[in-house]
Amino acid sequence: MRRNACDSNGLRNIGQPMKRGSAPVYLNLLRIRMPVTAVVSFAHRVSGVLLFAVAPGLIYLLSLSLRDPSGFDRAAAVLTSLPVRVLGVLVVWALMHHLLAGLRFLGIDLEWGISRAAARASAFGVLLLSLVLAMLFVTVWL
Amino acid sequence: MTQRGGGLGAWLVQRLSAVYLALFTVAALAWLILHTPWDYASWRALFARPAVSIASGLFFLALMAHAWVGVRDVILDYIGNFVARMTLLALLLGGVLALALWALQVLWTAAS
Repeated sequence: MRRNACDSNGLRNIGQPMKRGSAPVYLNLLRIRMPVTAVVSFAHRVSGVLLFAVAPGLIYLLSLSLRDPSGFDRAAAVLTSLPVRVLGVLVVWALMHHLLAGLRFLGIDLEWGISRAAARASAFGVLLLSLVLAMLFVTVWL
Repeated sequence: MTQRGGGLGAWLVQRLSAVYLALFTVAALAWLILHTPWDYASWRALFARPAVSIASGLFFLALMAHAWVGVRDVILDYIGNFVARMTLLALLLGGVLALALWALQVLWTAAS
């Protein structure tokens, strides 16, 4: 293209429009560095989806536990079985992270902790506190 | 909320439901740890109380509203194909409504 070329409509030619799929792609997750705030945000989304996935199971356990004494015992047996306890660790962490990260986002909505330093600090805090609380609950539960 | 576009309605639903969910979760966890209703009789008696039943019902309504906004965001972000997106959104709406009705039914029968 000649510099300063114009097309038949009199508009500057700025080169070809980008073809779909012609943009550079770099998906080596091991080499991509994410800010801690991005990690918290992504984990917030993942934990939310996980909690939604187990919600039907939890409603079922509630209905089972309220039906009659044998139902209550069956629900208790499910909750103390090994595979459920292993999954439960993940669910408890998901709940803690989603709750704490969510509170952090509500604070940011109210413009608390929006400076970069404060945002990074609160992000680290959320990650740490959710791990600690999850381990606490797990030890009590198991 | 009826202004064109913006997404303000969904944002508000998500925030309001989040506040109630957070308060209920913390209160419920604290109460359960303190009172440990670990047999059928006390568990059932807990849900026979109208305050508990209603607060729990609100919890499930808030949970489904909150989940709807959240999962809808995920679907809108990642599903490019129009038919697939619309199908999943429709299934999501049906799913959260069904779960809400199921939970309310469980609470209702436990309260009677």
